[in-house]
Amino acid sequence: MAPKIERPLSPFMTYRWTLTMAMSIVHRITGVALYFGTLLLVWWLLATASGPQAYATFQGFIGSWFGRLVLFGYTFALLHHLTGGLRHLVWDLGYGFDPNEREWLTRAALVASVSLTIVVWIIAAAGVLR
Amino acid sequence: MSSSKQSIRTPLARVRGLGSARAGTGDFWQQRLTAIAMVLLIVPAIVIVMMIGRNHAGAQQTLGSTPVAIVLILFTLTSVWHMKIGMQVVIEDYVHDERLKLILIIGNNFFCAAVALAAIYALLKLSFGV
Repeated sequence: MAPKIERPLSPFMTYRWTLTMAMSIVHRITGVALYFGTLLLVWWLLATASGPQAYATFQGFIGSWFGRLVLFGYTFALLHHLTGGLRHLVWDLGYGFDPNEREWLTRAALVASVSLTIVVWIIAAAGVLR
Repeated sequence: MSSSKQSIRTPLARVRGLGSARAGTGDFWQQRLTAIAMVLLIVPAIVIVMMIGRNHAGAQQTLGSTPVAIVLILFTLTSVWHMKIGMQVVIEDYVHDERLKLILIIGNNFFCAAVALAAIYALLKLSFGV
């Protein structure tokens, strides 16, 4: 048997799941979620325009635990897509392609999306803008 | 693609000089343009949503005010245009059956048009108080 020779590996042999890849697919998933989430926005606007009864029906849904969960998911999807999108705009301008910058940008976008979601919900729960 | 089997011309030679396949970088540019617009609109849009309470009369009054209606109509236009391009990219990436792809792209256009029209109709109705 011939001695084992160290050869370069084909890309699929060295394939590993990275944070940037995970953020990339999550950006797409949140985009699709927001696409269908617009139905909730349209329902809200049409219910307000229709009258108190339609508005009460909408409130009944959005006030329920399931409605709150959907709204929380919607907030996170929106802010994740926003921060991920800002990262893409930085890349579009030609910055942030070094391995360190790339990782830093990706972590920053993730941390910012989670923090902003919590901040928005704290402000909403406190009701200071109402 | 069947003609490629009978021709000795390379694919590059056949497309050279024909210009871009369809609309060139139009979608790419518009996706960035609407993204930047939404970066500017997202904070006022979230603030508006958080201003709305459980009371129908209050919601009606807030959504019917001029600055709120203008921000939300702008947000509707930019987000729907953005999601129309985004969903088309997703469809083109994953659906390879030409007939199904065409049906989904048509459906995407119809869905986005309906969402935009419904949201803007509701906002104008609230503004004009009819």
